[in-house]
Amino acid sequence: MLKFVGRRVLWLIPVMLGAIFIVFAINAIDPGDPVSALLGGSYTQEQYDDKKIELGLDKPFIVRYAGYVKDIVTDGDFGTSYTTKRPVSTELVERFGVTFKVAVISILIAIVLGLPFGIISAVKQYSIADNAVTIISLVFASMPGFWLALMLMLAFALNIKIFPASGIEGWKSWVLPCLASGLSFIATITRMTRSSMLDVVRQDYIRTARAKGLDERTVIVKHGVRNALIPIITTIGFQFGILVSGSVIVETIFSLPGLGTLMMTAINNRDYPVIEGCVIIMAALICVINLLVDLVYGFVDPQIMEQMKGSKKARRARHKTMGAHAL
Amino acid sequence: MSGDIKTSDSPAGDEPKRGMMETERRIDDTRRRSQMLSIWKRLCRNKLSIIGMIIFLILVLAAIFAKQIAPYDYSAQDLTNALAMPSAEHWMGTDDFGRDILSRVIYGGRISLLVALLGIIISLVAGGLIGVISGYYSGTLDGILMRIMDVIMAIPGFLLAVCVSAALGSGVLNTAIAIAIAGIPGYARLMRALVMSIRGNEYVEAARVCGQSGFRIMIREIVPNTLSPIIVDTTLRIGAYILMISSLSFIGLGVQPPEAEWGSMLSAGRQYIRSFWPIVTFPGLAIMATLFGLNLFGDGLRDALDPRLKK
Amino acid sequence: MSLLEVKDLTIHYLTDDGDVSAVNGISFSMEKGDTLGLVGETGAGKSTTALGIMRLVPNPPGKILRGEILFDEEDLLAKPEAEMRKIRGNKISMIFQDPMTALNPVMRVDEQVAEVVKRHSGLNKSDSLRRALDMLQTVGIPPERGGDYPHQFSGGMKQRVVIAIALACTPQLLIADEPTTALDVTIQAQVLDMMNDLKQEFGTSMILITHDLGIVAETCDKVAIMYAGKIVEYGSLRDIFKQTAHPYTIGLFNSLPPASSDVKRLKPIPGLMPDPTDLPTGCSFHPRCPFCQELCTEKAPEDKIISPGHSIRCHFYQELKEKRPVAEVGK
Repeated sequence: MLKFVGRRVLWLIPVMLGAIFIVFAINAIDPGDPVSALLGGSYTQEQYDDKKIELGLDKPFIVRYAGYVKDIVTDGDFGTSYTTKRPVSTELVERFGVTFKVAVISILIAIVLGLPFGIISAVKQYSIADNAVTIISLVFASMPGFWLALMLMLAFALNIKIFPASGIEGWKSWVLPCLASGLSFIATITRMTRSSMLDVVRQDYIRTARAKGLDERTVIVKHGVRNALIPIITTIGFQFGILVSGSVIVETIFSLPGLGTLMMTAINNRDYPVIEGCVIIMAALICVINLLVDLVYGFVDPQIMEQMKGSKKARRARHKTMGAHAL
Repeated sequence: MSGDIKTSDSPAGDEPKRGMMETERRIDDTRRRSQMLSIWKRLCRNKLSIIGMIIFLILVLAAIFAKQIAPYDYSAQDLTNALAMPSAEHWMGTDDFGRDILSRVIYGGRISLLVALLGIIISLVAGGLIGVISGYYSGTLDGILMRIMDVIMAIPGFLLAVCVSAALGSGVLNTAIAIAIAGIPGYARLMRALVMSIRGNEYVEAARVCGQSGFRIMIREIVPNTLSPIIVDTTLRIGAYILMISSLSFIGLGVQPPEAEWGSMLSAGRQYIRSFWPIVTFPGLAIMATLFGLNLFGDGLRDALDPRLKK
Repeated sequence: MSLLEVKDLTIHYLTDDGDVSAVNGISFSMEKGDTLGLVGETGAGKSTTALGIMRLVPNPPGKILRGEILFDEEDLLAKPEAEMRKIRGNKISMIFQDPMTALNPVMRVDEQVAEVVKRHSGLNKSDSLRRALDMLQTVGIPPERGGDYPHQFSGGMKQRVVIAIALACTPQLLIADEPTTALDVTIQAQVLDMMNDLKQEFGTSMILITHDLGIVAETCDKVAIMYAGKIVEYGSLRDIFKQTAHPYTIGLFNSLPPASSDVKRLKPIPGLMPDPTDLPTGCSFHPRCPFCQELCTEKAPEDKIISPGHSIRCHFYQELKEKRPVAEVGK
């Protein structure tokens, strides 16, 4: 188990190095010039060169990349923002909470609502409830997040003034952003749960469970849901990535001070260190979530757990620890 | 196991073998075609997927014949008639420059489809090439290429597209490249899996024994047989691409005015959200209808592909 | 008093492609302690009959259209679902064909057995678990493996777990749907022997569904031969094996390789099972029957009793008997 986690964590290193490289490389090919952007309209060649050296842009790409990685690893230093002159790491820490909060609330809502909707829809396949759930979730899954955000704002902030349209002023400010990013998420989880459950309900072991004389509720909840979870967990992990990168849009619309708005401002100002920092933090967050998702697989499916453990010796010892999860 | 067992160049010895190979491949083709036919039949029995197909077809036709259908020129300004509510002349009203919103929505579909198509071509060619190479010459090269794909996949597609788009700047081709890069690993993995499964077939072995070059085998024997899964996969992707294009345009990257693009129209209309609802409503409805149609069709396609659902 | 009496049971699957007549009015009865062999080719409606008795025919698309299933003189088809749940796994239980997929992959096997005990015995959780471990021991699985998951067992071991689940509440009737088909030949004998022993021990009656006449010969008292959703011949083991009457049954025996003499070629029954959405007119077997006459294509034969306890659905069994005395039959 520890070995598995160890291997999985070690794998994060090349992934993150690669991710940093990609972002770095993309910024290096940017035809826009941050130096001239920072100096404004008029400057001499000398000023330009000084500024370039000051920003470290005179060094070759690989050297800059190596130095950047080294600073992150040794000091947690992501460089300094071109525009605010503050350390990027400070900005990231300030902004991270907002993005994380929206993402986590949206996911929780999506799981709490999406799972039951999907299960009911699958169990009562072709019923009115199923058709309603299917159509509604399809509509929401087809709605682009930014448009949903605009429509929510139009409806609940401007026409019926229940929630603020922008900024952070108490819990009410979180409602619309979380809905905007969460509604399509609910739809996606509902759809995934439905199809996964439909798959499971047809399995032989469900028939065995019915042949035991168990009532339908026990059959579905105890035997069905847990077996249906794997693809749902995969979806949740995948959606988390979409949610975090979608923060760029939702935060911009509702003017929330999160990573998304930070990144958008940085893109408009060609503030490379900030862009890089944002992407790296988001990628890291998603890597960690994916790691967690992999571990959850193990708790849901004993067969995957076995692969994680690897050895037969470990199998014996496991029964005691697994007992608690087997329910 | 490489293709360098050379037989004599005399065609006489090759002929019968080649003939057999040809037959075998043809049988394989026929089987695949009849499989596609039965999938198609099952697809047509599903009413919802038909509706989805029709919605998408309307969009495609509107995009192709935008010039003929659109009541006005999408860029014709009429400042005296700016922000007009929907009326008989302007079914969806006019925007802040007095441009007809309906015409812009129609042209927006054209841009979305064009960019999505370009994006698909770029990611298909690049990803497909990587996948074919990776699958055909397995080993170290395969390992390296796939690890690179893993790394790209670790960054969420939209985030990657934002970065690339920010670096390249806006515009049709740049946006296509931006969304394509995020799509490359998916195609590469699919293509690799397909090539690896096809590579083991007898007719590919036969071609190799006959001394055909690796490149020729790839082009003639392998690639044609990957087409139908690739088409299916592409169908399921179009929606995601269109969504990404409009999202990029919405945040000021992607395709920008004066081009009509749904996302950028919404972005430009945002400042009028308090006073003039049509401008933030109709382009969004257009995106939603498109995605809805594609989702319906995609669901039907997935069901039709699932042999377990055969009743 | 019969333990089970099935009367005119008719089950169809209503699908998009048409109405599949899986079971077409079958009737039979069995006494306490009997083992009835239900024999037929794949698609003859054996499994659907079994699911019908359990009232587990998947609905939709399956539907029990007609009939009565009297168990202990009570009609199961008339019972409310809640009552039926008390019978399933308790008085009637079922062993399914494929042990590989019949167990829940994410649940420990002892819990899977304990679940049925707890449901029907009213024992608490730890007592049920103890009973489950005893039961596993009875079927030859050491208690220390109770905490394992299905994927850690071999096919034969999994089938033992399935049997433990089925017998945990000492049912009066056990329906075994091809319990050994998915197993290796060497394991088949073991599992079958064990089932026979346990059946004796618990005094359970059994319906054994199979297409293997060898297994029937070893385990059954009564045999019902099914073809296209109907029982075409029914009788004691001796009736069926020594007084074989129906052309289909004769065909089944002829398609077996005899153990004694060496025969160069087997004689399979020509043709295929008819399409259940579009059964032939008259006798369903007529297109494949070597003795088919015009009447067979027009009129479906009635069930005729030819000797006490031996019945058959064939217009010409009498002529058949004269023309072709049952000679090649036997094992």
